[in-house]
Amino acid sequence: MSTTVTPAPKKVNRIGLEVIQYKGSKTTLCAGCGHNSVSERIVECFYDLGIQPWSVAKFSGIGCSSKSPAYFLGLSHGFNSVHGRMPSVATGAMLANRTLLGLGVTGDGDTASIGLGQFMHLQRRNLPFIYIIENNGVYGLTKGQFSATADIGSKQKTGGVNEAPPFDLCALALQWGATFVARSFSGDKKQLQAILKAAISHKGLAVIDVISPCVTFNDHEGSTKSYTYVRDHEEAMHELDFVPSYEDIAVEIDEGTTREVTMHDGSKLLIKKLAADRYPGTKIEALTTLQEAETAGVVLTGVFYVEPEKDTLMDQLNMVDEPLGTLPESRVRPGQAVLDQVMEELR
Amino acid sequence: MSTSVLPTDSARAATLPPPVINDFCIQVATANGSGSQTSNNVMMRGIFQMGIPVSGKNMFPSNIQGLPTWFTIRASKHGYVGRKKEVDVLVAMNPETAKEDVAKLDAGAVVIYDEPLGLNQQRSDLHFYPVPYDKLVGPVCPEAKLRKLVRNMIYTGVVAWVLSIEMEEIHQALFRQFGAKKKKAAELNWGACQAGYDYAAKTFTKTDPFKVERMNATAGKIIVEGNQAAALGCVFAGVTVIGWYPITPSSSLIEYTIGFLKRFRNDPETGKATYAVVQAEDELAAVGMVLGAGWAGARSMTSSSGPGISLMSEFVGLGYYTEIPGVIFDVQRVGPSTGLPTRTAQGDLMSTALLSHGDKKHPMLIPSSPEECFEMAMAAFDLAERYQTPVFVMLDLDLGMNSWMADPFKYPTKPIDRGKVLSAADLDRLGGFARYKDVDGDGVGYRTLAGTPHSQAAYFTRGSGHNEKAQYSEREEDYVNNMDRLTHKFEHMRGALPAPAVDIRQGAKIGLVAVGTSDYAIGESRDQLRAEHGIETSYLRLKAYPFSDELRKFIADHDRVYVIEQNRDGQLLGLMKLDYTGEEISKLRSIRYYGGLPLDARTVTADLIRQEGK
Ligand SMILES: Cc1ncc(C[n+]2csc(CCOP(=O)(O)OP(=O)(O)O)c2C)c(N)n1
Ligand code: SF4
Ligand SMILES: [Mg+2]
Repeated sequence: MSTTVTPAPKKVNRIGLEVIQYKGSKTTLCAGCGHNSVSERIVECFYDLGIQPWSVAKFSGIGCSSKSPAYFLGLSHGFNSVHGRMPSVATGAMLANRTLLGLGVTGDGDTASIGLGQFMHLQRRNLPFIYIIENNGVYGLTKGQFSATADIGSKQKTGGVNEAPPFDLCALALQWGATFVARSFSGDKKQLQAILKAAISHKGLAVIDVISPCVTFNDHEGSTKSYTYVRDHEEAMHELDFVPSYEDIAVEIDEGTTREVTMHDGSKLLIKKLAADRYPGTKIEALTTLQEAETAGVVLTGVFYVEPEKDTLMDQLNMVDEPLGTLPESRVRPGQAVLDQVMEELR
Repeated sequence: MSTSVLPTDSARAATLPPPVINDFCIQVATANGSGSQTSNNVMMRGIFQMGIPVSGKNMFPSNIQGLPTWFTIRASKHGYVGRKKEVDVLVAMNPETAKEDVAKLDAGAVVIYDEPLGLNQQRSDLHFYPVPYDKLVGPVCPEAKLRKLVRNMIYTGVVAWVLSIEMEEIHQALFRQFGAKKKKAAELNWGACQAGYDYAAKTFTKTDPFKVERMNATAGKIIVEGNQAAALGCVFAGVTVIGWYPITPSSSLIEYTIGFLKRFRNDPETGKATYAVVQAEDELAAVGMVLGAGWAGARSMTSSSGPGISLMSEFVGLGYYTEIPGVIFDVQRVGPSTGLPTRTAQGDLMSTALLSHGDKKHPMLIPSSPEECFEMAMAAFDLAERYQTPVFVMLDLDLGMNSWMADPFKYPTKPIDRGKVLSAADLDRLGGFARYKDVDGDGVGYRTLAGTPHSQAAYFTRGSGHNEKAQYSEREEDYVNNMDRLTHKFEHMRGALPAPAVDIRQGAKIGLVAVGTSDYAIGESRDQLRAEHGIETSYLRLKAYPFSDELRKFIADHDRVYVIEQNRDGQLLGLMKLDYTGEEISKLRSIRYYGGLPLDARTVTADLIRQEGK
């Protein structure tokens, strides 16, 4: 008796792509680096949601974290720019083609020091964009100097102690106008996935501060950004679930424990409370929560704030719907009559 | 009766100097913020409308109100529109500088001044016309708070009388200046202008020789600022994304662009913008936006001046290596920070050509007239996309912010060149592509844009470390190959840039080389050299860097070549030296001016004569 082995059908997502088509080249980051986990989550989320890879554009600055766009979404265009100034590059690109789904990955050095100004202005403009900070409290690529997010008292591998107070990037983002603000941990797979998916569905700028330990320079005893420290001090504010808009299922929620946030594209973020009543609310509430967490020495994670419908830069500029970059000549070069008119005015 | 005096008047009428017609320079000295701009423009336009070539130059301080400002209007039947050092008619409105301004005049010049200043006491070899502005302004301007502005229009009328500028032309210029919406203001100012004219007619006897007479040298011409012309060029080039940060003397380039875009580039059906303009947080961000937008397919641009261009340095280097199109205007001004930010210079030539770290060279287009600002703005976008690299357009304050007579701009005859961009259909046909491979021999690879619906469209953009396929590489061969291709690409550009303007004179042993606004002084200086010293010169005006091969030939064909430029360090000469050999270099000489004012012919003539040992 002969048997024909039919290979198991390949697993594909709703647009017929396999997960491998969402991967990038092999990572060159250290084994165990938190940034690699973030890359994996990005691959999973874009695959799960069935997003067309060529509709995505990836951006980064300089750092180990900023290298990572090479390691996911290999079928998407990517731009590894200069240190701290990815926001401006992304802004230009998104203006050139507003139909792109923009995704930026940066580090705490890239964002909180050299790039602080651009980070602020990005939020002021509410660019439709996902901005992920892989936050390890150090400059990985230049071998372990403290960054501006290092906590007071945190120890360097070589023994130095950080004395300067840290920037809380979520608190700052709230004040500067980001319309989606969340914190997660590279080691918290489920939460990070839900946050990423919600960010992908968000209309304006989504800022995600992901604590992402540097195993080589900041994972030792005395560091406040080590895996051990973060595991011991993390407190998730809530449990998150994401229901994409195309999944036409009625979700039953327990009004007593769960709230839902409807994102701009109709997707839903389900937020189930854990110990305390911590749902995304007003900015003031979010800032208070962050302040309390800092005082308590807790690494608070979850979604702090969502403003799903706020106007974006493209709304403010009243731009046409099509990509500006590829408008035909007939729409970008005025006719002879216009030139004649201006010449007449100057006569 | 007449208060206008050179020694004793009635006898003088018989010995009046011969008339000087259509060849003089008016200087209006005011304090900035006093609103004299309208009066000056009206005066200039009045002369222009009478068919006489004019130019207007504003020498203003870096300040909003109260510091001295000089506006000069040069009328020249010869068509000389460069700066003239000697002032023939001084309108002294600023008590702070009046004494010094009068002291600087050559004998025989005219001074129109505010009577209480008593300037006629200062010298006896000038023609003085005192005007009691405060007395005249009251009756024509009942509203006291407007008097300060309206007062200025009085001198326009006085000057019109002194120089015989026809009042109908002044009237037309004035109403045009105010536009249909500000009729009342126009009436008020016209009243002041007439009061000045009537006062002069009734009070003065003309003793000076300067006057205008109708000519026919401006028919069909326009008056325009270089920045305005460049702005229009950007709009007709189809610019789509602009990131910018304000800085004098560049801001008006962007502001004019925004004005034109709003008028002419909103979609007729939806009213939506076919462009995006973002005032960035700084020049680092402005140029970052330009690169991001250029990368994603936009025609992107920014404009700045030296300080901002310096800040753009790192990004421009990245643009060079990642091969991203973008257009950057540099409206050059003097030096860093405070000092002379509102004065002109050609001081960024060297630093811009070599902007950023590591090996790099950037193309520059260097216009000298509004027509060229318009054309080169358009050319810059085509070049940037054709050669996939940041392209600089180098104006200077003189060209950008001053008023120039020009021929009406010609509508582009060629379609926009979007360069080598592969579509999804191209990728189907080709089965893939290598981003940095020189397929056509011009050193320029093919690119794809983010969003191209094809699984082979994507590539990863990063700085210097990549191979032909845009893959990360630190291999020596890959790096060297890439660098050599970039060199080849730069060399290839030479032939594609605007050719120099060359005027070879039979038998001339001396050649002159210059760029940009030096052109005006040089044209006039060549006439002076010929007329006054019997020296014939050839002249080559470069319009772009990398330099055309014609320059090499020009050097070979002349015994001595003077490189004339508006900076201290001989930057143009320095760039030439990078290209040439010892024998060529030994022929090069240098004439430099760096006082912050537009170059004038006398400076060129005098320095050349000195160096020629004559
Ligand atoms: C203008 C400039 N200054 C300094 C550097 C050197 N540099 C490279 S990466 C880096 C810090 C990166 O830190 P971070 O963003 O936290 O990334 P990580 O490596 O920790 O992921 C610095 C300072 C640079 N590349 N460019
Ligand atoms: S040095 Fe640190 S941040 Fe960089 S790859 Fe290694 S573990 Fe990650
Ligand atoms: Mg870091």
